[in-house]
Amino acid sequence: MNHDPYHWGRPSNETYGQYNYKISNASNINKQFNNASSCDFPTMLTQQPMITGTSVIAIKYNDGLIIAADNMGSYGSLMKIDDLERLIQVGDKTIVGISGDISDLQQIERMLDDVELEESYDMESSNLNAEHIHEYLSNVLYNRRSKMNPLWNACIVGGFDSNDEIFLKYVDMLGVSYSSPSMATGFGAHLAIPLLREKVDKESDVVKLNKQDAIQLVKDCMKILFYRDARSLDKYSLCIINKTSKEIEFLKNLKCEDMNWEVGKNIRGYGIPQL
Amino acid sequence: MSTLASEYSNEVTHDVIEHRFNPYSDNGGTILGIAGEDFAVLAGDTRHTTGYSINSRYEPKVFNIGDDLLLTANGFQADGTALIKNFKNQLIQYHFNNDNKKMSIESSARLIQHLLYGKRFFPYYVHTILAGLDSEGKGSIYSFDPVGSYEREQCRAGGAAASLIMPFLDNQVNFKNQLDPETGNKKQLKYLKLEEVVELVRDAFSSATERHIHVGDGLEILIVTKEGVRTEYYPLKRD
Amino acid sequence: MFRNNYDNDATTFSPTGRIFQIEYALEAIKQGSAAVGLVSKTHVVLVALKRNAEELGSYQKKIIKIDNHMGIALAGLAPDARVLSNFLRQQAMSSKMVFNRPIPVIKAVHSIADKAQNNTQSAGGRPYGVGLLVAGVDATGTHLFEFQPSGSVLEYFGAAIGARSQAARTLLERKYTEFADSSKEELIQYALTALRDTLAQDKELNQHNTTVAVVSVDNPQFTIYDDDEVVQWLNLLDTLTNTRSRGTEDKAEDEEAEAEEGDEDKSEATTTETEPAVDAAAVPPTDEAIDTPTTGEDRMDTD
Repeated sequence: MNHDPYHWGRPSNETYGQYNYKISNASNINKQFNNASSCDFPTMLTQQPMITGTSVIAIKYNDGLIIAADNMGSYGSLMKIDDLERLIQVGDKTIVGISGDISDLQQIERMLDDVELEESYDMESSNLNAEHIHEYLSNVLYNRRSKMNPLWNACIVGGFDSNDEIFLKYVDMLGVSYSSPSMATGFGAHLAIPLLREKVDKESDVVKLNKQDAIQLVKDCMKILFYRDARSLDKYSLCIINKTSKEIEFLKNLKCEDMNWEVGKNIRGYGIPQL
Repeated sequence: MSTLASEYSNEVTHDVIEHRFNPYSDNGGTILGIAGEDFAVLAGDTRHTTGYSINSRYEPKVFNIGDDLLLTANGFQADGTALIKNFKNQLIQYHFNNDNKKMSIESSARLIQHLLYGKRFFPYYVHTILAGLDSEGKGSIYSFDPVGSYEREQCRAGGAAASLIMPFLDNQVNFKNQLDPETGNKKQLKYLKLEEVVELVRDAFSSATERHIHVGDGLEILIVTKEGVRTEYYPLKRD
Repeated sequence: MFRNNYDNDATTFSPTGRIFQIEYALEAIKQGSAAVGLVSKTHVVLVALKRNAEELGSYQKKIIKIDNHMGIALAGLAPDARVLSNFLRQQAMSSKMVFNRPIPVIKAVHSIADKAQNNTQSAGGRPYGVGLLVAGVDATGTHLFEFQPSGSVLEYFGAAIGARSQAARTLLERKYTEFADSSKEELIQYALTALRDTLAQDKELNQHNTTVAVVSVDNPQFTIYDDDEVVQWLNLLDTLTNTRSRGTEDKAEDEEAEAEEGDEDKSEATTTETEPAVDAAAVPPTDEAIDTPTTGEDRMDTD
């Protein structure tokens, strides 16, 4: 046995001769010592997200549903994009809010575009509603994860179902999906959900929340997220899906309001001169 | 830098740390099926979790899949829904090819085995329970491991709190470690009435809710009798 | 038996712009027994006349369920219809799998229309020898389509295909304005009356040879009624025979229908005459020819 720490446990060269790395088509030896190029490692599929979008939050109210997401795309700790739209409208009955990898978000955006286009070949108006878009998205995400080549996203699909009732359901990169009257992806699941559930914890609470209060609640959540989620922005989009009017209001470039950063001056350490 | 350019330091500085994508997650929840003389129940809590987060308080996971059969697949939810969806499609195909004949629970169980074993090397990460009535009209429960090994049983608990509920079921349904107070012999096995079974299920779930963080919010019990399938819902603690 | 130079495959036009193989395929539909379909605002009804190859044999299925919300009736080569219905079932299933949506009826018919059209542009194959009436309900309401081997698909208030279907069409044309607001029972009555008009001599509608199917917006379960179950619908009719099938010579109505069809054939014949390369054999047989029991109608390979 070879007792060199790097080769520990392998057959010793004295006994068996030099190991031929071509056998396994891989090598741990520094590149300069072998000429192998691309076949050093197996093909690597997506292992981590690159540019990412943070939380999407959504809540039902007595006459519809509100969904919001900020406009930032971050590259690690860098704010790479500050005018990113993460709420995607599909047809006139669906909004999809997407967090996670932005290139995958754009891929999903194109796929949803294709679905809409294909639908228009046969029919004058699109019959695809939020329920259908969610099912489609779930299948895409689940099939990609099953190929071990995931689309690195968590999505919230909101809109109208086949009976023109309000539809709200989550699906993520693994294909896991669930519905709930209030929900959030990413950091929002920890920071916004407690606030949202304070108002709407179960389906029967939905009737108790009016539109105005719901909007205020979502705005407050976006503010809390901007306070505490380092990869978030104070600029965001917000969609209001109205049940009775069957309309979707799309509000862009909203800013977090009435923020209080007084706490900042009391922070010590992190490079701020000590008193 | 005075560090010797050894292969050890090379490894540390140059090699990318591989972050393997994990295609599975655990969505918590627990399930329970009990067969009676002329009925079967299949119950599941309605909490849906990932890690310490409660995603939803009401996400049903026990399904009436037609032909008076109940099916649930607890564990990784995406795999569970995929399995049930596949089964439903196979069932439609079966109806087309067999002049709308009802699929028996025995055939359904064998079909599920094939669906599970078909993914033997990338398994559906689920504990599956099938409930219904057999060809004689007797209550019937089939339980499956993730890769399709299955058997017919009188009762079975699955999922997060299976280990909490199963011993209770052994004692209360199959009278394990129970003696007849008069004779001192093993207590004679007998069928439980539907009301008794529903009470057992409710007790099992409220106890599991106390002790397990991934169980709670609501309990949905599906009951199949010769009259068909009906659903009962009982709230559980939401903490 | 060589008819002309332009009917060896389905991909060659004749100099007058016809594709004979497709026209022959349309003839195969006329060999099959009739199927009739009707729509109201709420219901779609299909009825069809089944044939058995011989007394001791079973009747060929004429109506096939595709999914809960839709089904088809066929006239022509039954095996071809089976291939198409299997394909439609696949399409319906995949719509359910991918979008959790019952396939819109027009999407379904277009999917087989594309297959049929493909056959007219690749050599070596033949067009489908079957016509279909596709009935279904979806988010946009009730629908009835006729599918032809040419790949053409048209939507109808009422349609009839198969042997002597012109007689049924004549009735539908007279009554179609009343379909929209009809009840399920009225619709079935119209459909069976139209189907009755297609009967051959000495034939009558009975529980063995009649099949009825209904699907409605309120109850999107495509239901087929055969045998004992079809009796309730046959009871809606005053008589199970028509004037021709009774053999009475008092058949003013039928003659009207026959005349119309004859005209059609004549016009086709005129076109043929202008085309020297086409000999008379290319002219489709008239309905009188089909009416003769020994020729087309009792052939065992079309239904």
